[in-house]
Amino acid sequence: MAAVKPRPGLVQGVTDWVTERTPGLMPAYRKHLSEYYAPKNFNLWYYFGSLAMVVLVNQIVTGIWLTMSYKPSAAEAFASVEHIMRDVEWGWLIRYMHSTGASAFFIVVYLHMFRGLIYGSYQKPRELVWLLGMLIYLVLMAEAFMGYVLPWGQMSYWGAQVITSLFSAIPFVGEALVEWIRGDFLISDATLNRFFALHVVALPLVLLLLVVLHLGALHEVGSNNPDGVDIKKKKDANGKPLDGIAFHPYYTVKDLFGLGFFLIICAFIIFFAPTFGGLFLEHDNFVIADPMVTPDHIKPVWYYTPFYAMLRAIPDKLAGVIVMFAAVLILFFVPWLDRSPVRSIRYRGWPSKVMIAGLVVSFVWLGYIGANPPTDTLTTIGQVLTAFYFFFFLAMPWWSRMGKTKPVPDRVTMPH
Amino acid sequence: MAEQVDNNGRRRFLTATTAVVGGIGGLFAAVPFVKSWQPSARALVAGAPVEQDIGKLEIGQRLILQWRGQPVWITRRTPEMMAALPNLDGQLRDPNSDNLDQQPEYARNAHRSIKPEVLVLVGICTHLGCSPLFRPEMVAQPFDPAWKGGFFCPCHGSKFDMAGRVYQGVPAPTNLRVPPHMYASDTRIVVGVNAPAKA
Repeated sequence: MAAVKPRPGLVQGVTDWVTERTPGLMPAYRKHLSEYYAPKNFNLWYYFGSLAMVVLVNQIVTGIWLTMSYKPSAAEAFASVEHIMRDVEWGWLIRYMHSTGASAFFIVVYLHMFRGLIYGSYQKPRELVWLLGMLIYLVLMAEAFMGYVLPWGQMSYWGAQVITSLFSAIPFVGEALVEWIRGDFLISDATLNRFFALHVVALPLVLLLLVVLHLGALHEVGSNNPDGVDIKKKKDANGKPLDGIAFHPYYTVKDLFGLGFFLIICAFIIFFAPTFGGLFLEHDNFVIADPMVTPDHIKPVWYYTPFYAMLRAIPDKLAGVIVMFAAVLILFFVPWLDRSPVRSIRYRGWPSKVMIAGLVVSFVWLGYIGANPPTDTLTTIGQVLTAFYFFFFLAMPWWSRMGKTKPVPDRVTMPH
Repeated sequence: MAEQVDNNGRRRFLTATTAVVGGIGGLFAAVPFVKSWQPSARALVAGAPVEQDIGKLEIGQRLILQWRGQPVWITRRTPEMMAALPNLDGQLRDPNSDNLDQQPEYARNAHRSIKPEVLVLVGICTHLGCSPLFRPEMVAQPFDPAWKGGFFCPCHGSKFDMAGRVYQGVPAPTNLRVPPHMYASDTRIVVGVNAPAKA
């Protein structure tokens, strides 16, 4: 008689049962977590990708809870947000988590993009990772814009008026297109209702799909690192990169550590400065939308202001709109504009360092200009900075090759 | 080795024609979804003409009424405002109202109105749809030291004179729009319709 096979424990039994029926599950776990080898020299800049994912989850969860009390109609929207803030148990917290999360999303995404820029993470073979990331950024801007309309305050209303009017600059079909987007002759109940549908259902689905593709594309080619060294070139006998460590547990633990700090900062803002001095939630948005009166100083939320400043810098409607959209679209081409022989800023020549510093200055300064009322001085500075912003990208094929590069090491460098 | 495929051309033809027919069907199926974004019947009804009595509108004053949800300004201009208009022509983009989309034919004149002093405008900036501010006083303004009265858009700094004509060097491309309107009587304006053609 054959020996009786020992019964597996409950956990092992369930695992075996599932694995037998989905043979792809464990290989996927290994590919993306336990045997995804990331360079061991990640620094502070490498927190922001995983933080963006955490914020996305926060937005989805708090967003679902907000829809339980929010009324997407022009007559009730403003009051229903106040109802959430005052009457709904913990409603204020959930709403502030969502509104702070929106700004936090852009902070981590901008830092994440800057990381890619300084370490050349978009260079071959990671162009697709960059493109998918830029698509995420684009969808995120649309998502945030429509979300900002929902509270139906003055800034919601007039912001929507300005942004939808951008499309009227398109020759011939512009006016009809704007009417089609608004579903009325003006921003109205119909507009609010469809923005709600897009904000809550359509765009989040697109966003989630793009995030999956972004990570999938990244895990095919592997992560870059602050040295821009290809760790797959030096492998041990088992084919594991010498400078790679498994994402889980090493980077899951590191990311959790960083997340702790991030959440402390977010909690501070949520509890003590939820409007952040009118930057995260603008003062005018605590006044109900009035189609008859434009607020004296209308401006978008801070994360759009650099592009808004570029729009205002151009004294022509169509050209201004083209410049503004081009400022976003030009980012898609960075992988092909950069001709530098090395990836990381650590080994690049001085012209690259100066240009990247200049980009940061011009982007932040444009953001300041876009958040302030137009004056002649600010508009002139805005024009200069807009010119520099485009010069940065259009001249990138030349300046990225200039200057003497330092030799790139074979292996990643680590502080001791 | 894979089996030899017979009738390769026929297969390709069938695949292509199926794809084309399916694609056309897909386009037709998209029509209701695209059309559903158009203004609804209710929104169209709400766009009907509105009537306003201007008998009590004093000289130099403006009143705002709502047509298609947009502000429509009716301003009774002072003689000084009227006198200032021709002097501004050199600073304007379209002083003679050559852009025919921005006013009906009967408002295509020096004062852009039916009755010279009564100005009727859609109060929406032709740049990006903000509602410009009413600045009728002929005093120096932060945005223009030699201001001759008019409308200033706080959003992006566009300037218009007291006939809604746009200044040069501002982002707004065209003059403010004069909506179709008519006088039902001497003091009653109907916004949203042209006067019926005289027989």
